[in-house]
Amino acid sequence: MNDLPQQLANGLLLGGLYGLIAVGYTMVYGIVQLINFAHGEIFMIGGFGALTAYLWLPENTSLVIALPFMLVFAVACSVLVGIGAERFAYRPLRGGPRLAPLITAIGLSIALQQAIWAFYPDGTKSRSFPQFHGESLDFGAFTIGRGDLFLFVAAPLSMIGLGFFVSKTRTGRAMQATSQDPDTAKLMGINTDRIIVTAFAIGSAFAAVAAIAHGLKYGEVNFKMGFIAGLKAFTAAVLGGIGNIYGAMLGGVVLGLAEAMATAYIQDIPGMSQLGGGSWKDVWAFVLLILVLLLRPQGLLGERVADRA
Amino acid sequence: MRQRSLLIITTGVTVGALTLSACGSRDDDNGGDSGGGNKTVTIGLDAPLTGDLSALGEGIKNSAELAVKTANKEKTVDGVTFKLVAKDDAAQASTGQQNATEFAGDETMIGAVGPLNSDVGQSMQKVFANADMVQVSPANTNPALTQGNDWQSGKKERPFKTYFRTSTTDAVQGPFAARYLYGEKKLKSVYVIDDKKTYGAGLAGTFAAEFKKLGGKVVGTDHVNPEDKDFGSVATKVAAAKADFVYYGGEYPAAAPLADQIKRAGAKIPTVGGDALFSAEYIKIAKKNAEGDIASSVGAPLETLDTAKAFIKNYKEAGYDQAYEAYGGYAYDSTWAIIEAVKKVTEDNDGKLPDEMDESRSKVVEAMQKITFDGVTGKVGFDQYGDTTNKQLSLYEVKDGKHVPIESGTFEG
Repeated sequence: MNDLPQQLANGLLLGGLYGLIAVGYTMVYGIVQLINFAHGEIFMIGGFGALTAYLWLPENTSLVIALPFMLVFAVACSVLVGIGAERFAYRPLRGGPRLAPLITAIGLSIALQQAIWAFYPDGTKSRSFPQFHGESLDFGAFTIGRGDLFLFVAAPLSMIGLGFFVSKTRTGRAMQATSQDPDTAKLMGINTDRIIVTAFAIGSAFAAVAAIAHGLKYGEVNFKMGFIAGLKAFTAAVLGGIGNIYGAMLGGVVLGLAEAMATAYIQDIPGMSQLGGGSWKDVWAFVLLILVLLLRPQGLLGERVADRA
Repeated sequence: MRQRSLLIITTGVTVGALTLSACGSRDDDNGGDSGGGNKTVTIGLDAPLTGDLSALGEGIKNSAELAVKTANKEKTVDGVTFKLVAKDDAAQASTGQQNATEFAGDETMIGAVGPLNSDVGQSMQKVFANADMVQVSPANTNPALTQGNDWQSGKKERPFKTYFRTSTTDAVQGPFAARYLYGEKKLKSVYVIDDKKTYGAGLAGTFAAEFKKLGGKVVGTDHVNPEDKDFGSVATKVAAAKADFVYYGGEYPAAAPLADQIKRAGAKIPTVGGDALFSAEYIKIAKKNAEGDIASSVGAPLETLDTAKAFIKNYKEAGYDQAYEAYGGYAYDSTWAIIEAVKKVTEDNDGKLPDEMDESRSKVVEAMQKITFDGVTGKVGFDQYGDTTNKQLSLYEVKDGKHVPIESGTFEG
């Protein structure tokens, strides 16, 4: 068990990444009760946006200088696609049958993936992402890679910023109102259309930050990376209580830790050596999800709300 | 308003769909140098042309195309013009099987080259066997494909007489690496990881068995999902186990981030694997952390072979965007084997192919067993299981961002 601190750090970092993406699922669901399955692809677009920005800069630009440009451009790309998806794919279907926007989301997700595959230069393969040079940082009990440092800083900062925005600003309170009762919010003079666009924009921006963290952590981006990441983030959002932004982050961290622990220690339990290791971690993560949902159907931080018709 | 937006969506989807189908059909037009012959037969090609493994797949496709073009230009078979039809299997067994079914249903098709992945190959074998159509894989290395599921216990039995391959198998690839690492590099303990796929698990199994037989120690084993990119937890376990090196049975899309993360976790040990790690993409993804990693590959390095000089030159002149990668030479030889077999059939049949395609296909399968010729990778011929008689193997180490050959030889049981 000597490597426990390291495994906790691994899980926490992975969980932070899931959490950042999960925020996008949870915000959109909280306000329009739509599961935006194209969110994973919005995350992927952010990664390619950051890579594009880096390639535009003169060669040998230090990554520290390049990072702000990459961040701005990645966020711009993701937000543009997110808002575009809302405006052209989801808004026309609002008020229609519940399943229509869901199927649209799946279609959009495939279309975005294939667009990158077909039109991004060398997009059919993994594109390598710039890396920080140098050894991993040693904190005694555990080490973390230099690329992970971005995630370590960006994830908590983004969450604090979002928490402040939602609870303190006018737009943030309007978002809460819209999520509680869209019709009444409209009667109170809130422009709900604008609020919905804001929710998509914020979710997409978070996805872009996550995409840069993903690129720095794993050293590559590819057109398929949104699928698995999106699926895990959606799981994290449900685990934490869909609709609750803190729940999304908590769900992400719990999921990340569960995966790390399952990979590391299940094998050591006598008689379980066949059921542990890297290929079984998803099984254990979903066992945890099922257990949580059996005991708390609303998720860890979710509130039990009467289903609106 | 609503309808206009719907229109936009529909347009978008249609454009997307058209783009995709255009990408698919682009491949179909290639390689058809018509003219000259009075009978055109097609050769099918199945490889992953999209996705993570597309670098290897494109190399296979281009090389096969080059073989077809060369045969047409040199009129290798009198009265027969060849045409290549390439299909993408995206490294999915189910897609490969669909492609095989389409190939078998194509009235003009004489035989097929491919695929890259052993599990895809497994799914295609029966389809081709039912159609009595020859299949030559340039890259499948799992022994069970030619020697049956019980090959390890010595009960070798060929499951499909239509299946041939020009690459050597994992039955020799794993042990070859084990002997070098234990004997030459003096590395005595290993952490074995595989991706549970037909290829990866098979390779890791044969490696570990030989390594233990030599006296080496397996200090830990793990399995990973090939689609994952996060191996942080596995890397931590490897670092804690204090092994001398890691053996990974699997392909480079997972192997490269795995090797990278193992070194980042503080274990400065090489990651060793099979031919699916022998790709420039591996170094591109793992970057500096790929240094010192070792990959085995079938055959000798193409660049060192006299027989491959013409191929390398022609490939360059053809101006393909992608390199021929690990299997280019084998893909060329696989395609050429079909061409040679067709030649033999026409020679035995008054200089033309039988009128019925079914008959032609059966005769090509029979002829395939007997042919030998000097290919790009050396002498090409097949034994009683459909395996290549050329058992050359090489090991490559990553030095200064390149795979450098460090050992070449043959492995005898």
